[in-house]
Amino acid sequence: MTALPLAALLGGVDLWIFAFSFVTVVVTIGMGFWSARQSKTASDFFVAGRSVSVGWNASAISGEYLSAASFMGIAGMVMSSGYDALWYPVCYACGYLFLLLFIAGPLRRFGAYTIPDFAEGRFDSPLFRKIAVCFVLFIGFFYTMPQMKGAGVTLAYIFPGMPYWAGVVLVGAVITFNVALGGMKGITLVQAFQYWAKMFAISIPVFVLMSVFGYYNQHIGANAAAGEPAAIIGTANADGIERKPLAEKAPKDNAWIAPFGPLTTKAVNAAAAALPAEQRAAYLEEHQKPYSLLYTYSLIIALVCGTAGLPHILVRFYTNPDGVAAKKTTMWVMILIGIFYVFPPVFGVIGRNLMPELYAGVGAKGTDKVVLELPTLLTAKGSLLGSILSGITCAGAFAAFMSTFSGLLVSMTGALAHDVYGRMLRPQSKPAERMFAFKIAAVLVGAVSIGLGCFVELLEINFMVGQAFAIAAASYFPLLFMSVWWRGMTMKGAAVGMLTGGLCALVAAALTNFSTLALDKGPMGKVFSVFAPLNNFWAQHPLLRILCEQPAIWTVPLAITLMIVVSKATASEIPGDVRMKMLVLHAPEKLGLKQEYIQEQQAGAGH
Amino acid sequence: MPPPTPDHDDVIHSESFLRSLMRRQLALSISCAATFFVALLGVPLLNYFAPALMATRVGGFTLSWLLLGVLFFPFVWIISFIFIKRSIALEDQEVADVQRDGKGGN
Repeated sequence: MTALPLAALLGGVDLWIFAFSFVTVVVTIGMGFWSARQSKTASDFFVAGRSVSVGWNASAISGEYLSAASFMGIAGMVMSSGYDALWYPVCYACGYLFLLLFIAGPLRRFGAYTIPDFAEGRFDSPLFRKIAVCFVLFIGFFYTMPQMKGAGVTLAYIFPGMPYWAGVVLVGAVITFNVALGGMKGITLVQAFQYWAKMFAISIPVFVLMSVFGYYNQHIGANAAAGEPAAIIGTANADGIERKPLAEKAPKDNAWIAPFGPLTTKAVNAAAAALPAEQRAAYLEEHQKPYSLLYTYSLIIALVCGTAGLPHILVRFYTNPDGVAAKKTTMWVMILIGIFYVFPPVFGVIGRNLMPELYAGVGAKGTDKVVLELPTLLTAKGSLLGSILSGITCAGAFAAFMSTFSGLLVSMTGALAHDVYGRMLRPQSKPAERMFAFKIAAVLVGAVSIGLGCFVELLEINFMVGQAFAIAAASYFPLLFMSVWWRGMTMKGAAVGMLTGGLCALVAAALTNFSTLALDKGPMGKVFSVFAPLNNFWAQHPLLRILCEQPAIWTVPLAITLMIVVSKATASEIPGDVRMKMLVLHAPEKLGLKQEYIQEQQAGAGH
Repeated sequence: MPPPTPDHDDVIHSESFLRSLMRRQLALSISCAATFFVALLGVPLLNYFAPALMATRVGGFTLSWLLLGVLFFPFVWIISFIFIKRSIALEDQEVADVQRDGKGGN
């Protein structure tokens, strides 16, 4: 491969955009190392979170949660698909409520901060811990792919001459080495800073853009719903919104603004297109809306249940040992992320009206970059503000994929180094060997993530994150929910349910992606050409396509049913001290049952 | 604080205490979740069965867009606020009950 000519790479780079992004990266890495060094002397303050106030803690949790999907993906998907994409931000925020209602409190009382910890403690089974660890990696890799795409898109935007894969490799390598060298170990201060950086970067440009080009509601009003007079294109409408003509690939107004639009009806539309022309209308009439409703519900289940099963979320969820403060923290997290999620759709809506040329782009040049590029509209009005605001949103995008990718990398590397190496391969290894193993594992996980990230340019960021949620919803969520509320669970029941549900969701998601990539006319299409016939199959069976694309509606009940059936069949293996475990999970902490439980465990081990 | 030697016959360790504990907590969680689910699962149903109503314009937004894109977030805050308030009260109540019954038993 020829070396990239430096001049071509740097040509067309906007210095403001570059400066803001560069400062974000340097400050993030710098803060990571600074606080990592501080935390050695003051570990209580930064790591254990004992003296971290509710506000800082809530900001840190929110900072880790808001990924490239939240920052870039939602806007891109609202622009490309319209109303249906709103389910993503709503359910990302609402998933927290579900976690709060059923899982967070008991897990915190149990003292389990990671899902493998809980799996081992609840069933007294180191074997089950190893099974549970696998899903940290499965979900983690699915979650890193969209973060990598975010990185590739952002770099390709900042450096117009740079190919997508080069951005993925560059950003992936920087973050991987940062994690391997010990920065970014999920430190409260850095994550809290990242939240406010993202909040600032998404909200300020929205307010400026709205004050210049018209408000959120006016821009939605400029799109005509079914039965309304056609929208005015080219000249200003009554609200003063001047829309540009839509690209050919853009969805029509009435489909875009209404529920059951292009996102959820894609499979049925593809099936109809394969039919003879005279049957199409009747087919669509019969199947379009019911299947679309099914898709919507499946998506809701995946996102709401999936939040409760994300490996990197629970770790941070309750760093505060005081129950009341922990609950207040949760309340603030919901407020902080809820406010954030109002903004990204605004970019998508304004982008549809004012930057429709993005519909024609594919991959890194498509709608996923609307957040980055939309502020440059101000430049056309002869103001420097466009470049500055675009630089700010690029900085926010960096904050988003850096924080989430680092968090995931730490979780996955920890799982590999601690569980796989430290417990399975070399239980007698020394601490120095384990530190070395952590570094090797970080590089390994980073390299695999970069490799996977190079393949996914054509998939939407938000869609891929939805798939990670669907896998979490079918594996960890049933495990946590059932183990907390049903004492009849056995290790075998939990393992069978979690593995079957999770693997079904994993295979379904992978098949969907392979068949989508096979449609590409470029090199990706050749790589995945084996899966091209799958698209013909989908066209004949749109229902199966929907159930594969959004598997949660059948995998979650499947996992729970298997857990109940297998647990009933192996009822003799229910852990002997299950009543004590349930008490620890549910009794108020003030009764001190946790200490008593630990004492008994230690006494038991001593015999 | 040194915990007292475990006495597995007292109120805390009794089967009935665990049952009532889990039932009360689950009842609270389910009642909050039910309110949440009515809204979450009801919006698609309204979209399905009352599309004309949901397409009504409210200051430029369609009703459906306003509900989902803006108003849903404060709705969730209200539910979580109520849940957190009640669950703290419930825990205090449980501790008070145990302490009262514990004294009566000794």
